[in-house]
Amino acid sequence: MTLLMPKPEPAIMSRRNELIARLAAILPRESLIVDEVARRAYECDAFTMYRALPLVVTLPESVEQVRAIMALAAEMNVKVVPRGAGTSLSGGSMPLEDGILLGMSKFNRILEIDYENRCARVQPGVQNLAISKAVEAQGFYYAPDPSSQIACSIGGNVAENAGGVHCLKYGLTTNNILGLDVVLMGGEFIRLGGKHLDTEGYDLIGLMTGSEGLLGVVTEVTVRLLQKPPMARGLLLGFASVAAGARCVGAIIARGVIPAGLEMMDKATIHAVERFQPCGYPLDAAALVIVELDGPQAEVDHLVGVVQDIAREEGATTIRASTSEAERLQFWAGRKNAFPAVSCIAPDYLCMDGTIPRARLPEALAGMDRLAKEQGLSVANVFHAGDGNLHPLILYDASKEGDIERAEKLGFDILRLCVSLGGVLTGEHGVGVEKRDLMGEMFTEVDLAQQMRLKCAFDPEGRLNPGKVFPTLHRCAELGMMHVSGGKMPFPNLPRF
Amino acid sequence: MQSACATLEIRDEADAVDAICAAKAKGDCCAIVGGGSKSGLGRYAPQTRALSTAALTGVTLYEPDELVLSARAGARLSEIEALLDQHGQQLAFEPMDYGLLFGAETGDATVGGAIAVNASGPRRIKAGAARDHLLGFRCVTGRGELVKSGGRVMKNVTGYDLSKLVCGSYGTLALLTELTLKVLPKPQTECTLLAIGEEEAESLALLRRASATPCEPSALAMLPAGAAPLALNANAAATRLEGPAISVTARRDDLVARLARGGLRFETLDEYDSKALWRGLRDAAPVAAKVGQIWRISVAPSEGFAVVERIRRAGAPVLAHFYDWAGGLIWLRLETAPDAYAGVVRSVVDASGGHATLIRASAETRATVDVFHPQPAALAALTHRVKASFDPAHILERGRMRAEF
Repeated sequence: MTLLMPKPEPAIMSRRNELIARLAAILPRESLIVDEVARRAYECDAFTMYRALPLVVTLPESVEQVRAIMALAAEMNVKVVPRGAGTSLSGGSMPLEDGILLGMSKFNRILEIDYENRCARVQPGVQNLAISKAVEAQGFYYAPDPSSQIACSIGGNVAENAGGVHCLKYGLTTNNILGLDVVLMGGEFIRLGGKHLDTEGYDLIGLMTGSEGLLGVVTEVTVRLLQKPPMARGLLLGFASVAAGARCVGAIIARGVIPAGLEMMDKATIHAVERFQPCGYPLDAAALVIVELDGPQAEVDHLVGVVQDIAREEGATTIRASTSEAERLQFWAGRKNAFPAVSCIAPDYLCMDGTIPRARLPEALAGMDRLAKEQGLSVANVFHAGDGNLHPLILYDASKEGDIERAEKLGFDILRLCVSLGGVLTGEHGVGVEKRDLMGEMFTEVDLAQQMRLKCAFDPEGRLNPGKVFPTLHRCAELGMMHVSGGKMPFPNLPRF
Repeated sequence: MQSACATLEIRDEADAVDAICAAKAKGDCCAIVGGGSKSGLGRYAPQTRALSTAALTGVTLYEPDELVLSARAGARLSEIEALLDQHGQQLAFEPMDYGLLFGAETGDATVGGAIAVNASGPRRIKAGAARDHLLGFRCVTGRGELVKSGGRVMKNVTGYDLSKLVCGSYGTLALLTELTLKVLPKPQTECTLLAIGEEEAESLALLRRASATPCEPSALAMLPAGAAPLALNANAAATRLEGPAISVTARRDDLVARLARGGLRFETLDEYDSKALWRGLRDAAPVAAKVGQIWRISVAPSEGFAVVERIRRAGAPVLAHFYDWAGGLIWLRLETAPDAYAGVVRSVVDASGGHATLIRASAETRATVDVFHPQPAALAALTHRVKASFDPAHILERGRMRAEF
């Protein structure tokens, strides 16, 4: 399976020198990377399977520079690929050979912390975790905590609508953003929201969040700050079957408890973790559930009791509740080490990201086993159980002939399985280039045409991050005129890239 | 109703496609009406026909332990809430019922209407608005195309998040046919702590202090002396605490200890009284009286008091007001004027950042005054392009949000 990207346009490639000269008039020398070796550093993000050398890399420092670059790109009809910290797992910031890579890493300042209104204005290149660090002394934090939070940037979080382990209770990026400054293709500047709630008019903040860098470049973000809960406790629950573990998770929620974290892992992952760095997980369990409860002490202690009762009723084979902060962290240590642990039992792994209705988990895992056997591969599973977000880790060996292709095929098959169970292709990693060609599994041509028309409203020439998210490229004029009948587009066989 | 015009009953999605395609062919423009409880909202813009979603009823999916519910757009909120209640769950965004403000029946609101106006309530500060709970939807766009977006799972970043876009679009993008919502457990109990006797600005400062404690308030409102539904003889800062009984009590005690100071009197409303208070505040009871025009203003919480003061000083006669969201949401009832004091209100709000919506005024006023906050040129142009991507011929709710579409 080879990823097809839009072909580099000779008309752009041949004007590279002119483009560089004009960019040099906008940017200081250190913000313009022309040299091939230096450009190589940007040839992929955390989705490393596919790479491309960007035409030129720009690292602007001011909104004026971003506007000038976007205006120049529109004038010269050159593509632009925005990039935050480059931690995308779906290739959202994979460069284009005929495109400007617009790196936002120099936008790295926290502009204002407003405790009274419980928000902070930050530049998009600020690390996710840096926001929480900046406000922790006052007892606040920024809630979304993707596992890449020590590296990923808040601008990238907005582009991907990043989640994390606490989002069942505290929401995703989209639920924690109050304002955005955006530069559109062509250089127009738009301010959305601010320190108040619910911008009136169309919710363009909501639309921008999770739009994977296809609609505009974010130059400032106003995030909500939450008060840190006074304490947290963890529970470690072991089950004899995955179905029993899934039932227990459902029972906890049905009983009215929304834990701060609710994670699950299968036997393969439990064993990998215990081999990597033992942390006391029960090796006899087929499924392990980690529950975290946070809040005032009285509430947490009460809820720990409630969850223990439920676990007993659901036949848990192991029930442990943390009695100290050290023990709580130990419960999490295995989960946090799951990915490195899995990379010790197989030379390579591919991390997938489907979401399913939780009750279908036993079916999903059985189906995955079957699909893995067909490819002669195996799968380890970690699972944000509270919200149904699966991370199957496909184990393979890149040095073995055909293994990469088999792993990719298995990944696609697993995502198709998720959709057939009522789920979706991606819960938090984004579509990017990785899942682009599967969009048709979830959406009709008509659904996709409506999404693409929205892109046209922001970027009529399709110059901002093209080749991502949508499996076909249409000209905006064509989409606008298109008449759809019987759910089919008039050109069902339009060439892909 | 905004106007008397032919009403077409939409029984299913195929009906909606036919009706919108027919309207497109004839150059008609269509109102979308559910329970009719929000007909007085938005710009006054008579349409040539009305599409009624009243027959699109029924809950089509409800899985309590997956926290998900789907319903057709015309399903009554009251029916959905009663069903959720049987399972100890709720719509956490606490959608407002506009019946009280418009002197109409309460309980008519449909789920489609709640989404179309991005309804929210006092719990907005903790749980979010309708936009934060819509997981997916089906609709027929102004192009007459059946489109779906999102899904039924909590976490989904597959494609653009159109759910956000239809929330608060007042029917101008598409006729919603079916909605899938995140639902949440009802708290076991609640109480409200009233801090009584401070000046208005100090009461609001106290609410902001309460919001910065770990006591997890789920609502923070300030009622001036005499305001319904409490009608106290002094200002009151109200903090709602929800959760397991043991936690609510502990947090109430903690909050009193953190906020206590000389001259301040505390009272606690038990669950029954607390629920009655927040139902009243949700529906804007303190400003609901029939006389006057009503504004709803969203600003940074610390700006709330100053905004009201500046509006007063600029000469707008304030008949009643109160604050929700720790000062971030202002409800104002002003003496009636042909321009609803829009110039005064907007210039004050613009200076502090935020937006002001004219919620209740006569049709004549809502036909001439911008009901929704004016936008800077670039944003207005983008808004227009977004509208056109769904409804290029301006078939749906023409003029309801903006004069230009």
